Amino acid sequence: MTETQTQNEWPLWEVFVRSRAGLDHKHCGSLHAADAQMAIQMARDVYTRRQEGASVWVVPSSQITASDPADKGMYFDPAEDKVYRHPTFYKLPKEVDHM
Amino acid sequence: MYTQAMDTMGKEMAEAPKALRSAEELALQERFDARIDAGDFIEAKDWMPENYRKTLLRQISQHAHSEIVGMLPEGNWISRAPTLKRKAILLAKVQDEGGHGLYLYAAAETLGQSRDEMLAALHSGKAKYSSIFNYPTLNWADIGTIGWLVDGAAIMNQVPICRCSYAPYARAMVRICREESFHQRQGYDALLVMMREGTAAQKAMVQDAVNRWWWPCLMMFGPPDDQSPNSAQGMRWGIKRVSNDTLRQKFVDATVQQAQVLGVTLPDPDLKWNEERQHWDFGAIDWPEFYRVVAGDGPCNKERLAMRVKAWDDGAWVRDAALAHARKQATKQQAA
Repeated sequence: MTETQTQNEWPLWEVFVRSRAGLDHKHCGSLHAADAQMAIQMARDVYTRRQEGASVWVVPSSQITASDPADKGMYFDPAEDKVYRHPTFYKLPKEVDHM
Repeated sequence: MYTQAMDTMGKEMAEAPKALRSAEELALQERFDARIDAGDFIEAKDWMPENYRKTLLRQISQHAHSEIVGMLPEGNWISRAPTLKRKAILLAKVQDEGGHGLYLYAAAETLGQSRDEMLAALHSGKAKYSSIFNYPTLNWADIGTIGWLVDGAAIMNQVPICRCSYAPYARAMVRICREESFHQRQGYDALLVMMREGTAAQKAMVQDAVNRWWWPCLMMFGPPDDQSPNSAQGMRWGIKRVSNDTLRQKFVDATVQQAQVLGVTLPDPDLKWNEERQHWDFGAIDWPEFYRVVAGDGPCNKERLAMRVKAWDDGAWVRDAALAHARKQATKQQAA
């Protein structure tokens, strides 16, 4: 692949769709588009053909910063032994347990 | 459907990895194997063996190519659909195929190859696509038959891939399978109208289409298990979940009754119920034909590829213009 060919590929965008009012936008895939406006239009055509969406966001993929998979343990394991962060950790008398 | 890659890429996939590897690499390999064994999903940025990456890239890109090339035999009939309703349905189906191609290209890109590189491989003839799309669509009943049989076979083949170990591929397949069921049902529905309300000539068209598509559809599942050297490795990696022959049998078993309800005969004198196996027995498949079509010598290979290349070349100015416009707008915005 020559440099010109790569330069002429439309940039990649990540697509987020809100399936209906009141819910959050959820990542649903990616696509190539020349600019943001085109990305929105194409996202509508590709990802909401069956009423899957009420709103669409597109973000240039190059703008996303992700956690490193190699850090997964270091990042996320410490939450494992913190059961006291969950309501079920606390045993209360039956009469008030619906609290 | 479109997952013949493992069976058409020779034996290179199963090649033993290079003997000399660092201790670190061995540890990574062990961790990878353990994750596969545990049924974990592998994500794009996780470490993976080079052959796993190569095999997936080949399979997913071929799958994507098949969706895109698969638009051609049907697109051929959009302007000639018999009613406005059938035209709208066919348009929606062909648009879906384009979308499926896009989901799959996006999944393949996560493995490190650009979209343009994949398309270049398709256009040069280096990359393959499913053998089924090298057969012609001669009459309107072919469109119904593609929906019923070709998409029916595709669904059979694709559902197990929703559990593929490579997560971006699995996610794309979940989305595709959700949309694919409409494709099969609309095809059967179109044929049902021809068989129940049609003239004798229209009924004959349906039977003719079924006669021509039946055997190529059985070939879609790939060669018999004992001639599929890469299957074992594919299963080990969790890329392939169910064997070619098992899926083919499942498809035949499901289709026989549908043919009866439709009122057509499947063109196989050896097709009969086997009480002992509790499956339908079927006749011998013409594998030399399959390999001929895969190698490029099917009825429509040249035409399909030529149309793809023409569409790509004719669209070049649009792609360039859109990019030039975007750059101009970006410069303007910076200046403002």
